[in-house]
Amino acid sequence: MSRTPLDTVEHAAATPDVELPWAELGLKKDEYERVVEILGRRPTGAELAMYSVMWSEHCSYKSSKVHLRQFGEKAPQSDALLVGIGENAGVVDVGQGYAVTFKVESHNHPSYVEPYQGAATGVGGIVRDIIAMGARPVAVVDPLRFGAADHPDTKRVLPGVVAGIGGYGNCLGLPNIGGEVVFDACYQGNPLVNAGAIGVMRHEDIHLAKASGAGNKVILYGARTGGDGIGGASILASETFDDAKPSKRPAVQVGDPFQEKLLIECTLEAFKEKLVVGIQDLGAAGLSCATSELASNGSGGMRVTLDDVPLRDSTLSPEEILMSESQERMCAVVEPEKVDRFLEICDKWDVIATVIGEVTDGDRLEIYWHGGKIVDVDPRTVAHDGPVYERPYARPSWQDELQADDAGKLARPASSAELRDQVLKLVASPNQASKKWITSQYDHFVQGNTVLAQPEDSGMIRIDEESGLGVAIATDGNGRYAKLDPYAGAQLALSEAYRNVATTGAKPLAVSDCLNFGSPEDPAVMWQFAEAIRGLADACQQLGTPVTGGNVSLYNQTGEAAIHPTPVVAVLGVIDDVARRTPVAFQEEGQLLYLLGDTREEFGGSAWSQVVHDHLGGLPPKVDLERERLLGEILISASRDGMIDSAHDLSDGGLIQAVVESALLGGKGARLVVPDGLDAFTFLFSESAGRAVVAVPRSEEVRFNDMCGARGLPVTRIGVVDGESVELQGEFELSLEELRTAHEETIPALLK
Amino acid sequence: MTARIGVVTFPGSLDDRDTQRAIRLAGAEPVALWHKDKDLHQVDAVVLPGGFSYGDYLRAGAISRFSPVMETVIEQAKAGLPVLGICNGFQVLTEAHLLPGGMLGNDHLHFICRDQKLRVENATTSWTSDYSEGQEIHIPLKNMDGRYVADQYTLDKLEAEGRVAFRYVDFNPNGSLNDIAGITNEAGNVVGLMPHPEHAVEPLIGSGRTDGLPFFTSILKKLVNA
Repeated sequence: MSRTPLDTVEHAAATPDVELPWAELGLKKDEYERVVEILGRRPTGAELAMYSVMWSEHCSYKSSKVHLRQFGEKAPQSDALLVGIGENAGVVDVGQGYAVTFKVESHNHPSYVEPYQGAATGVGGIVRDIIAMGARPVAVVDPLRFGAADHPDTKRVLPGVVAGIGGYGNCLGLPNIGGEVVFDACYQGNPLVNAGAIGVMRHEDIHLAKASGAGNKVILYGARTGGDGIGGASILASETFDDAKPSKRPAVQVGDPFQEKLLIECTLEAFKEKLVVGIQDLGAAGLSCATSELASNGSGGMRVTLDDVPLRDSTLSPEEILMSESQERMCAVVEPEKVDRFLEICDKWDVIATVIGEVTDGDRLEIYWHGGKIVDVDPRTVAHDGPVYERPYARPSWQDELQADDAGKLARPASSAELRDQVLKLVASPNQASKKWITSQYDHFVQGNTVLAQPEDSGMIRIDEESGLGVAIATDGNGRYAKLDPYAGAQLALSEAYRNVATTGAKPLAVSDCLNFGSPEDPAVMWQFAEAIRGLADACQQLGTPVTGGNVSLYNQTGEAAIHPTPVVAVLGVIDDVARRTPVAFQEEGQLLYLLGDTREEFGGSAWSQVVHDHLGGLPPKVDLERERLLGEILISASRDGMIDSAHDLSDGGLIQAVVESALLGGKGARLVVPDGLDAFTFLFSESAGRAVVAVPRSEEVRFNDMCGARGLPVTRIGVVDGESVELQGEFELSLEELRTAHEETIPALLK
Repeated sequence: MTARIGVVTFPGSLDDRDTQRAIRLAGAEPVALWHKDKDLHQVDAVVLPGGFSYGDYLRAGAISRFSPVMETVIEQAKAGLPVLGICNGFQVLTEAHLLPGGMLGNDHLHFICRDQKLRVENATTSWTSDYSEGQEIHIPLKNMDGRYVADQYTLDKLEAEGRVAFRYVDFNPNGSLNDIAGITNEAGNVVGLMPHPEHAVEPLIGSGRTDGLPFFTSILKKLVNA
């Protein structure tokens, strides 16, 4: 953009015919025309920069907004919700005066271009969202999806992503307690790197992103602003990858976790002294986002002098400064008399802090550069009044055929030997194999409050040392189920996360989601998206767990090939005393194994159909939310009353996968019998939802059965914890050693 | 009377609050020390905690070693003040030449987090007297740069003088020479190790063991009985 003479508001008004590069910045023609209409003149270069990033798909949710509204409209009544959708992250009341904030976001596109930095800055971004609410971050989780495990590019992307998450999160001192790792060829070229974080605060410490009180100062603090990540949101996250275009590497940001650690400590110290009126982190769209959101959520306007922004590169233009996505920056609104103290705290932590503007009593956001006014806008038009699209959507023509391709027709194991082989093959398959190679690169001990971490069903953190109050979080998603039926697939993701939280003994309270889909410009993808949201919103309503916030990632496709629709759902739960948590591992020989729930012949989208037949077709398992709720209540009661010593939810891979995991983690085997009315194959591999397997001490057998009976939950005795092997009576026996080798050697062998 | 044990916070320290908790659980009084403050506030012992001080930039521990607080720590450690360096704290101690040798990147080039088996080789130091020699314990380990190295002369000297305090058992997680997990100075008042005893002090949390607590009870007994 030409800057001679400076493109001020005055200059723009006087030169209406100057052509601006709106298309290169990702705006559509009608969107640009709307900007002109709003301003009553052509925008200045700086204004164009702001509108283009803020109206990008990533920041404005323009394709998804009309559907996302359902999360609000169908929100169940919940006393637990303190801050809902729309803020940096939702906040949930967990009792004893504590509030917990949590959120999951995507950093998919950057992580494909530059795996290490893409993933690292994904962690950095979600953690700043948590700090911006006033909370101390206490844990992170990372749901990850990659292309085929044996594809050469997976060997490039996965180790980089894992090292990036570890490199950043470990250096911040945040335990990594959960997440998933899934391989599927559909994510080739479009890996999904979702990052979640949890923070804890007292109720009175909740902070919001708003700039109120004329005369209050706007302080930018943290890293200097550089040329990295310019246009990251508009260019990277809002377009499909295309081989013909030049490398997008310069649009990926570079992270500095040490700087972020200082930012956390210095922000929390400023909160503690009540120095902050409003706060916003600088993530996607950088200063454009922070200034326009702070101003539009507050009572007045804002005036900013861009010359005061500390720069890493003195040659940056004002447009670039506004668009830069340099990491580790925050923006605080502080009363004038508290500014000195705020700056002192920043100085203590060696954090650069600069007053760059102030809140005004007008309603305009005005930005100055070299004495000229280069931005004069109504901040709401930038932050909130972006375009809203009613994208056309239609059930794809292939959906019926896909659903008709029933997995029930696939050849089943014909002998005990074949059954045994398939069990071994399943537990060794990349998706079902141990992810220790990955999770051992994450610190899960730091902060000294980790009660449970992966591979447990949910991660669990103690938040009060005296009372033992804790929170649990699980993230789940199954793109294969969602591909077969996006409505049910989203509900199954919620069901599984809900179940995982309850299995550890915590009560599910609230939901965050990360909705990963292909291009919204494809009506089939848009249909998947609309169906998934409808399914998730309906299910959240029924289970009484409101969606508190989340993130949408579209354009996860290369050319015509979109990823499986992949709604990833995080459920947060509370447990009044972490001492009664239920682990996955078998604890004691002789304990009785019970299967809770109904097992049906459900193999559509199953791990078995993928591993043994490389098949995807039919319908996913039936959703039964009332059953999930009942199962959850039973698991929580059983944990509270000491009736079970271990529990594991059943999901992909079915019962045998769960039993093998519990056996290997506990170092104790199991003897299983096929219950009446089921065949061995269905017993082992069915993926019917609403089930868990629990180990009950013999002294609790009667009490536990009575409880399930009284509440109407089907309960079937399936065996006993025993020995050094997993045995299915009359069929096969697999030694723990053989199972361990199969389960644990797959991932290291693939990534070596 | 109880002992006052200082825990230094450098920029980028991560396990400082956890170490304070461990000190409290052992029955001593934790005192937060700030890296820019030379004053040790009359503490009876000092712990340099784990973390990534200064982001491990330049070299782990290399910048923190020059923090104002370290001037006093170095001076008083030489005069007998008990000092424990955990992980990054161990790296700071070697950079400060209070302990010999140094740490390189793990031989497998990855960060590693695991519950690590160790053998107590020296149960006579200020920080290990509540263990018995030859005792095997499990302590969480988590680091990027944990490979202990020293020249042959130094290694021979450490071994001959019984100054290897802890050794990795069954599995060497980072390629440390002689499986060394931790060492002590000649006087036995300065000890450094890569694993994190402060993460093994409560049965419910982390590794689910309390094998790390004797570090803190050792020093407490020594100070209270002194």
